[in-house]
Amino acid sequence: MKITNKEVDYAARLARLELSAEEKEKYSAQLESILKYIDKLNELDTSGVKPTSHVMDIVNVWRKDISARSSEELVENILANAPERSGNFYKVKKIIE
Amino acid sequence: MNNIIDLSALEISNKIRAGELSALEVTKAFIARINNLEKKLDAFNCVMEKEALSRAGEIDARIKAGDASGELLGVPVAVKDNLMIKGVKTTCSSKILENYTAPYNATVIEKLEKEGAVFVGKTNLDEFAMGSSTENSAFKTTKNPWDIQRVPGGSSGGSACAVAAKMAPLALGSDTGGSIRQPASLCGVVGLKPTYGSVSRFGLVAFASSLDQIGPFARTVEDSALLFKLISGHDSKDSTSAKIEPREFIGDMKKDIKGLRVGLPKEYFIDGVDKEVNDSVRAALKVLEGLGAVIEEISLPHTQYATAVYYIIAPSEASANLARYDGVKYGFRAQSGNLLEQYEKSRGQGFGPEVKRRIMLGTYALSAGYYDAYYGKAQKVRTLIKQDFENAFRKVDVIVTPTSPSAAFKAGEKSSNPLEMYLSDIFTISCNLAGIPGISIPCGFTANKLPIGLQILGKPFGEAEILRTAYNYERNCQWHAASPNL
Repeated sequence: MKITNKEVDYAARLARLELSAEEKEKYSAQLESILKYIDKLNELDTSGVKPTSHVMDIVNVWRKDISARSSEELVENILANAPERSGNFYKVKKIIE
Repeated sequence: MNNIIDLSALEISNKIRAGELSALEVTKAFIARINNLEKKLDAFNCVMEKEALSRAGEIDARIKAGDASGELLGVPVAVKDNLMIKGVKTTCSSKILENYTAPYNATVIEKLEKEGAVFVGKTNLDEFAMGSSTENSAFKTTKNPWDIQRVPGGSSGGSACAVAAKMAPLALGSDTGGSIRQPASLCGVVGLKPTYGSVSRFGLVAFASSLDQIGPFARTVEDSALLFKLISGHDSKDSTSAKIEPREFIGDMKKDIKGLRVGLPKEYFIDGVDKEVNDSVRAALKVLEGLGAVIEEISLPHTQYATAVYYIIAPSEASANLARYDGVKYGFRAQSGNLLEQYEKSRGQGFGPEVKRRIMLGTYALSAGYYDAYYGKAQKVRTLIKQDFENAFRKVDVIVTPTSPSAAFKAGEKSSNPLEMYLSDIFTISCNLAGIPGISIPCGFTANKLPIGLQILGKPFGEAEILRTAYNYERNCQWHAASPNL
């Protein structure tokens, strides 16, 4: 599988990652060699094999839907990490014109 | 009496309980050791000197008032910097979290606090636990205490180094593909990756959620068993934590290993493993045999595919987990025009090269048109790897392998070639994919005096068996008693 700039641009956009031209070139070569190594998996016939997404035999873990209130201290500690805030809100760029 | 820093965790808490030592004396001794060696070793992102001394004072006051409870009474513990300690920075050795202060405690921290532990600092790691050498840290590369030209392994390299250099008797790490066992091996200490679900992941910064597990570092098997016991157990805050009864290990592990069936997977004794490593592991098997274990050659036929499976599954899960770093709620925010640009620039400037590489790989593997070929395929081969272990454990009780194909490598030796670095984890990765427990214990030295590690793998929730094997081996070999010259 050839990884061109087009594939790198596409994945970078999906991942919301700005890459420099230099990085793009480096990653296209590296991803290509890593994916080439991973192609080794195609040596195996896996038809009829069930996928493992998780090793534990659990499906859904339910709990009662009870509302709880966090302490003011916790709320403050969490919001204190915000790059920009306004009172108890996160401040972001305007997204609706 | 020994120097305080030479004591095991168990000895320290016993002496403090008996009034032979104060918590403050102990904490001061380890803080002095850290301050003395940190410039040379770069093990810590942050030393919690003030917090630790005040906490030790509190513990002494509590003992004076008649309460000497807690199994880690006054024992210093170093903590990998991807675990949250309330009020202390949790950076994951990433620029993107450089100024992030943990708003709450991880469950493992809560548990250890109740047992009287004293946290002495946050240890360096490869950024977001992605790497095998700590060279991917945005801040510094930790040195191997046995040879400071060499890496300590990774990603929990800071924790392994801190324990090997006696900057703390115990440390916590996390293991996604070998990040506890490989650095334990390279630094000559004991590192345990518990069964998936044994330890709550609440408060561990997520890397690959179906693989991550928190585990202990210590200089002895007994201390590892103690720390593991104290951090394990079900937690309603982690739905993937298993509902199993609390277990005691220390009594059980002192029983002998007569008749224990030890599997030797032929796929792990291959070209590319250093001769000295191979010889030490073979010699260790002789020791186990001498203690009454029955060695049997087994096959784990899909071993050669484990690295390929891992480098699809772990980056895929990581690409989803790391989507949260968008410069909105916490972490680095780049200033720019619109919101989309802000996301892209914050992430582009905040993440380091290895993290970006894995996000790209994971995003690509999950993208429309490639999902089945990569992610779907890897999940199926993961099933085959898991079945290999299920089949093997019908015949044997534990499996013994080298932990790492070589002893500690030099800084810079593998950092330019990501694939080569990835292959340094070939013996540890399968264990995470299958969710089983594994321990690395010291089993010798190279001619250059670099530690070699022995990996013992067990059945799901079979920690008692691997600890018993490790304990019996350790008691007969004493490799763990050697210390680096610092």
